[in-house]
Amino acid sequence: MSEHGPLSFNVPEPMGRPGDEPDFSYLDVPRAGTVRKPPVDVDHQDIRDLARTMIRVLNRDGDAVGEWADPVEDETILHALRSMIRTRAFDERMMTLQRQGKTSFYMKCTGEEAIAIGQQLALAPGDMNFPTYRQQGLLLCQDYPLVDMISQILSNANDPLRGRQLPVMYSSKKHGFFSISGNLGTQYVHAVGWAMASAIKGDTKIATAWIGDGSTAESDFHAALVNASVYKPPVVLNVVNNQWAISSFQGIAGGDSATFAERAHGFGIPSLRVDGNDWIAVYNVSRWAIERARRNLGPTLIEWVTYRVAPHSTSDDPARYRPRKESDAWPLGDPVLRLKNHLIKRGLWSEDRHVQAEAEYAQEVKAATKKAESFGVMGGGSTARDIFDDVYKDMPPHLREQRQKLGV
Amino acid sequence: MAEMNMVEAIRDALDIKMAQDRDVVVFGEDVGYFGGVFRCTAGLQEKYGKDRVFDAPINESGIVGVGIGMATYGLRPCVEVQFADYIYPAYDQIVSEAARLRYRSAGDFTAPITIRTPCGGGIFGGQTHSQSPEALFTHVSGLKTIIPSNPYDAKGLLIAAIEDDDPVVFFEPKRLYNGPFDGHHDRPSKSWAGHPWGDVPQGHYIVPIGKAAIRREGAAVTILAYGTMVYVAEAAVAATGIDAEIIDLRSLVPLDIETIVTSVQKTGRCMIVHEATLTSGFGAELAAQVQERCFYHLEAPIARVTGWDTPYPHAQEWDYFPGPKRVGKVLVAMMEEI
Repeated sequence: MSEHGPLSFNVPEPMGRPGDEPDFSYLDVPRAGTVRKPPVDVDHQDIRDLARTMIRVLNRDGDAVGEWADPVEDETILHALRSMIRTRAFDERMMTLQRQGKTSFYMKCTGEEAIAIGQQLALAPGDMNFPTYRQQGLLLCQDYPLVDMISQILSNANDPLRGRQLPVMYSSKKHGFFSISGNLGTQYVHAVGWAMASAIKGDTKIATAWIGDGSTAESDFHAALVNASVYKPPVVLNVVNNQWAISSFQGIAGGDSATFAERAHGFGIPSLRVDGNDWIAVYNVSRWAIERARRNLGPTLIEWVTYRVAPHSTSDDPARYRPRKESDAWPLGDPVLRLKNHLIKRGLWSEDRHVQAEAEYAQEVKAATKKAESFGVMGGGSTARDIFDDVYKDMPPHLREQRQKLGV
Repeated sequence: MAEMNMVEAIRDALDIKMAQDRDVVVFGEDVGYFGGVFRCTAGLQEKYGKDRVFDAPINESGIVGVGIGMATYGLRPCVEVQFADYIYPAYDQIVSEAARLRYRSAGDFTAPITIRTPCGGGIFGGQTHSQSPEALFTHVSGLKTIIPSNPYDAKGLLIAAIEDDDPVVFFEPKRLYNGPFDGHHDRPSKSWAGHPWGDVPQGHYIVPIGKAAIRREGAAVTILAYGTMVYVAEAAVAATGIDAEIIDLRSLVPLDIETIVTSVQKTGRCMIVHEATLTSGFGAELAAQVQERCFYHLEAPIARVTGWDTPYPHAQEWDYFPGPKRVGKVLVAMMEEI
């Protein structure tokens, strides 16, 4: 007989399930302004604590406080708020479009708008994002044409991707937006390779990688980290921890054992954990990491702590796996509301202007949607001829033969 | 002309492309300072510097993924996966990313990456150093799959692969690195010296991707083979005296179906020889296409001689590896069909 009892193993459970009271007691939220800001050339050993805490700038009163509250130009911050309102308007409209049966699928980023928009505004033209599917803000805060974006969602005749990609899997080299893959995490390694190429060519452009908390479990996350650690290319490695990977909470990706930011420690990569619902924190921490990359100081990993308010996608019902009111209890608040309050406090914004902006963007998206719908909905207007192009640069004989068989 | 083995021919191709095009970079496990476990990249780091030829972590998904990232920037990476048996961790990056990037982005992003990897058995490498996984890649749209059988082709095809705007998986039959193979396991590879394909032109040339080569003209039967099996087929033909036409496919995707069809329609018989396992091997695709296009010309069922449907054994590899005896036996039987 063994002196030990039978063994057991651990299957983590979230703090609440449907019917339970929401509980975010696992999340330690330090007061805004209390986390120090190190110099950009800091040794990764000296900021290990910054992967455990949470950098926050905007306090409850809407003031930007502490060492990370670097001044942001009025124009930039107004553009950010407007882009966040616009993104929310876009998401609402596209959700409706799916419910109307005009597209098969959509994914909202409600509650996470500050992250993509904060980082994009800190990047320079020519830099390349390797995004995942909840960073529509990267395009929406640039001059990417709305009608084209909606046409991609509708897979219609005007779809820049010719009906080949699932809705929301945009691609735009010109706007620094790498083609999205449905195989999660693969793009994390590409970002490292792209950044290495920029360095090999003696360029000044940098890359950013994006991944969700759930996908950090993918081998390619670790592949990217080891390569970033070895070659030290100019890359910013983002982990968007929105607490939920479809129905699996962040603990199923190992988030209960260590923060996602702490994973960088084994690789000697400097890492920071940040309030992702605080636009000023996002923007200023992004600027810090981007400057590190630009000054050839190597990669930085940033965990953005946020909450996925919306369902995973239009095919998901979160009421089946998490407390109904969980998003209301989220301790970091609504990023739009927080930035709005800050701007009002600074005298740059008002409640009226906010209402007006919401109406203005709802109207803009509505008009763009109408225009996009004129090119077709749910694949309408696309042509079967598009099936066979772009498999190879030049169409090989066997594909020409197959195209002829289809008769297009 | 210079006398070269396949390793030297591959190195020469890399050398020429690196000298010509600053966007060509080479990396993989042990390829830098050491020059690769098969020496294909020997001397390149010294010549072109550490930022263009360098060692990679033991991380095949990373090697290919990093290469894809570089390719999307505009470089022309030629990466090495140390053994084809180790390519599986990189499979997702190859088939879901490199292969589809042009298509899914409608040409916005492309991944002109070349993935070199030594394949095949016959060197007592056991199950993890002997596999022939080429069929897995031929099933994937967007990839080109190449297997040379000699130094001349290896150099010309590798240059073509690096210059190609699509991702290429480039299999190198390691049994042929040092010389052609006469099919007998107890004899070492012969030297490439004196072999017509060991004479490799100096400087730049390409062997076009998608063109097969007729290695021996014949009238009685067409043998479709690639890589090491070209030599096994030659040995079987010599032993049986059957007047076979031997086609070295060189490129599996795109496939030179015209050359195959012309030959089978002439000979009326078709045999396929490959090292990889039988079921769903590339031979199945070849048999289907030949049947579709040559059915009324066939005087015997299409025959396949391949590895068995087992993992690659170590001690019994010479019963696994198709040799001239097995090929010869089937050849003779085919000729007995009316």
